This record gives sequence, C-alpha cells and structure tokens, in this order.
Amino acid sequence: MAGTAKRDSWKWWTTVLVVLVCLLANVGGALAGDSVTPGPGGQALPAAPVLQADSGDTAWVLISAALVMFMTPGLAFFYGGLVRKKNMLSILMQCFMILCLISVQWVLFGYSLAFGPDVKGIVGSLGWAGLSGVGLDPGSYAPHVPHQAFMIFQMMFAVITPGLIIGAFAERMKFTGFCVFTLLWATLVYDPVCHWVWGEGGFLRQMGVQDFAGGIVVHINAGLAALAAALVLGRRQGYPKVISPPHNLPFAVIGAAMLWFGWFGFNAGSALGAGKVATNAFVATHTAGAVAGLTWALMEWLLIRRPTMLGMITGCVAGLAAVTPAAGYVNAMGAMAIGVGSGAICYLSVSFVKARLQYDDSLDAFGVHGVGGIWGTLALGIFATKSVNPDSANGLLYGGSSLMLAQLTAVGVTLAYSFVATLLLLKAVNWVTKLRVSEQDERIGLDLTQHREAGYTLID
Amino acid sequence: MRYIVAIIQPDRLDEVLAKLDEKEIHLVTVTPVMGRGRQKGIAEVYRSHKEAGCLLKKAKLEIAVNESYVQPTIDAILSTARTGNIGDGKIFVMDLLRCVRIRTGEEGSAAIG
Repeated sequence: MAGTAKRDSWKWWTTVLVVLVCLLANVGGALAGDSVTPGPGGQALPAAPVLQADSGDTAWVLISAALVMFMTPGLAFFYGGLVRKKNMLSILMQCFMILCLISVQWVLFGYSLAFGPDVKGIVGSLGWAGLSGVGLDPGSYAPHVPHQAFMIFQMMFAVITPGLIIGAFAERMKFTGFCVFTLLWATLVYDPVCHWVWGEGGFLRQMGVQDFAGGIVVHINAGLAALAAALVLGRRQGYPKVISPPHNLPFAVIGAAMLWFGWFGFNAGSALGAGKVATNAFVATHTAGAVAGLTWALMEWLLIRRPTMLGMITGCVAGLAAVTPAAGYVNAMGAMAIGVGSGAICYLSVSFVKARLQYDDSLDAFGVHGVGGIWGTLALGIFATKSVNPDSANGLLYGGSSLMLAQLTAVGVTLAYSFVATLLLLKAVNWVTKLRVSEQDERIGLDLTQHREAGYTLID
Repeated sequence: MRYIVAIIQPDRLDEVLAKLDEKEIHLVTVTPVMGRGRQKGIAEVYRSHKEAGCLLKKAKLEIAVNESYVQPTIDAILSTARTGNIGDGKIFVMDLLRCVRIRTGEEGSAAIG
C-alpha cells in the first residue's frame, strides 16, 4: 500500500512540475514575443475611433452575466436531485468547485486563450493573460459594452460548460481527479473550441459558422466530452439493473426552473445589447423550451401511458439547449420547429439509444445536451433567416445552402475534437491520479468518502 | 402485556388511528416503512427506465397493551385497514416482558395505559 501511494505521489508531483514549467514557458514567451501591445480590442490601429459604451446595453449584458452565473447552482440542483442521497453534496460541490476554479482560470489565462489575439485560427495567445489589455472601453467583440463586461459574461459560459459534463460521471468520480480534469478540459478543450467559433480569426468563424449562444461551444462540446467520460469511467455498480431512483425530484424541478430563468441571460444576453436581436432571442428561447417540454410529456403519454415530471423538465432543458445556437437567427415558428425536434430526438436518444447501447451517461448529459446541441446547430442551417438578423445567412428553408455546409463542418470538427481530446485527457489524468473511487467508496457514497459530510441527517 | 405490530396500507392510516382512539387505545407509534409481499407494486419510470423490484410504502404501527385490550386493538385494525386486496398487511402479537414509564419510573400494566 505504502509503495503504491509513494509511486502515485511521485507521478502527481512530476505532472504538477511539468504543467508549471509549460505554463511559465508560455507566459514568458507571450510576454517576450508579443512586443506589439494590443490596444483596446486587441488592435493597434492609430486611427481606430474610440467606441463608447451604451448604458442600456451594458446593463443588460451585466445582468445577463449574473443570470448565466445562476445557471450553475441551478444545474447543481437539477443534477443533485437526480442522484442518490449519498451523493447529493458531491454534485453540489463539483458545481461550486467549477464555479470558483474556472472563474480564476478565466481571469488568469482562459479568456486570453479563448478570445485573445489569434494564433493561426486555433487558439488565442496569452497576450491578454491576467486581463492585461482587457479594459473598460468597448472592444471589437461587443462594440457597445465595456470589454470587461463581455469578458465576465463569457466567463459564466466557460463555467457552466464543464458543469454539464458532471452528469456523465456522477456518483463515481474521485474529487481530485475531477478537479485536475476540469481545469485541463477548460484549458485544452473549451478555450480552443470557443476560439474556433467565437474568437476573432477562429477558423470555424472564418468559414461562416454561426453559433448564437453556444450550441457548438457549450452543448456539443460538453455533450461529447460527457460521452467520452461515461465510456472511460465505466458504469456505476449495479447499472442498469439496480440503480435507485432520483432522491429528490422537487430539487430537480427547482434546478430546471433556475436553468430556464438563467437561459434568458444565456441566449438573449448573447445579443450583447438590449435591442431587437435580444428580444428575438428571448422569444425564441422561451418558445422552444416550452414546446420541447410539451413534446417530451406527450411522447411519454403515448409511449409509456403517463407523462412524468422528470420527462417534462428534461424536455424543457433539451429544447433550451437546442435553440441556443439559433436563438438570434430564427423566428418564433422556427424556434417552435427546433423545440419539437429536440423534444422528440432527445427523448429517443435517452430512452432507446442509451438503453440499447448500455453506456452509463448517468444524468443524460450527452443524450440531452450533446444530441440537443447537434440538432439545434444543424436546424439553424435550415431555419435561419436574414429577416430576423441581417448578420446571419439564410438557411435551407430560405434558399441558402452555404450555411448548412458550414454548420455540418463545425458539428463534425467539434464532435471529433471534443470526444478524442477528452478521451486522451481522461486517460492521462487517470495515470496521475485515479479517476474513479474504490468500489467500497462508491457504495458508501461520495459525500462521506470524498468530503466527510452528509447531505441529510437522520436526527434534527 | 402484549406488543402489537401492524403493517398496513399507508392510505388506511387515518381511519385506523381514529378507530383505535374511539376504543380508547391512544398510545401508538407510527413509522413509514418500505416492504414487499406478493402484491405487485406500481412500477416507477424515470426517463423511460423502469425501476426493478420496487419496494412498496407501508405504515408500521406499534402498540403496547394490557391483555384486555388485545382483541379490541386487533378488531379496530381489521375493521379499518381491510380493503380485501392483496397487500392489506399483517398484524403480529408478541409477549411483552417489561415496560417502564420514563417520567415516573412506574412499571408493568400501570405504565402501559
């Protein structure tokens, strides 16, 4: 035993050292190499007009950032209600750990990697590390709000995305492994993919790929990572025969309601201003969520004879996820079509595909977010219309075909990268510090074994 | 002295308690419990996953009585908890060796009432 522990700690410290050296080398390189100091918006153009922040737009983006922040605790309760009593705190703790850890990562270097000065279309440089050059004047990403307002809004996206993956490895992952994985995933998967799609110079953005609020960056990315995690960690003991039902569905419902509420900030906030596009996104978001909840409940009514509470909220979340890439580019009827599609497709994926293949995506992170994100991203290629947003291209329904091609490419590239990179990352982390808790710890539950706490006491 | 344990359908609890009260049997401990018998339960379904081997919710009553109250207690439970369906539950009667009232230190029959 002592020998194993010694060997593991050796691996651990070696890895920490290597990571530190790499980071220092990078920061050093960035500081020495990037002698061109970026002005506001990363441009050093002398004649660039100074952009003025609009107070209404700024207010909306800041409030939206707070709304999106609220989604992570919402997700904690959504997921927490679905696990067994003995693992409730582990889910809440993982969500709060992500909230704190990724917020720090984002300020230190995450924002720079995702949105900083472009390096070959793949990633941002470390030029904006520590928010250097990210000031209070508007930048080019959001010309009507202070650059830091855009930064903090985007931070909440970077926080919730790894949070979604928790659903795949719930109830069996070691906390140490989880922390290391989350930090590395945010750095090596989220930040680059975010740069491809949203960063200036990102190669998917250059191809004309549209992702209004994160169907690709957030949902497909997290969904495929979730699938990889479910496969690498393996099934929970007893799955699928003997797994206890959700320990507190009312918590899951509160969580889903918090998510829905926060989603208005997520999608309508992504307009980066308080105007027509934000309003369109708000309407589309709500419509899609509502109709997808109805669709899921109706399918249950028809196929298993009773509509369930869990089914309805799952449908709502699937619809909200699917409309995310499209909210600012489709009209209300387009949103409705996306909602019906996501309710039906995610239902089939969760009920039949997962049951057939028997992988243990415990809380359906892939089945809902991955599948919903893919459907929404492609549906955008069908239903997008310039009449809603002149920045968009027309979808198939309105006579445009290039958008659909771009969307297909983006889905393919993100699917592949997120899945493969996550798989390799998990294998690497598993080498340093085991990903999975021991069989006995899994039986006792993560609350006691990982945190020495209990979510519920027997005696008042 | 006898110790009576009855496992009943939880939805019959209010009627059973009222009937016991009517027969001046006031001291009852009730616990929500799970159990199973020959009765088939209502299968719960979560995201289309059917729960296997469901335990059913039952109410467990524990009543300590003097000899003369045994039959009235059984009658009260039988008359109110019976629906005629499988799963109505069971009544167990055991000998009670000793009983002490904590407040006064009284023992035996005097302590039970």
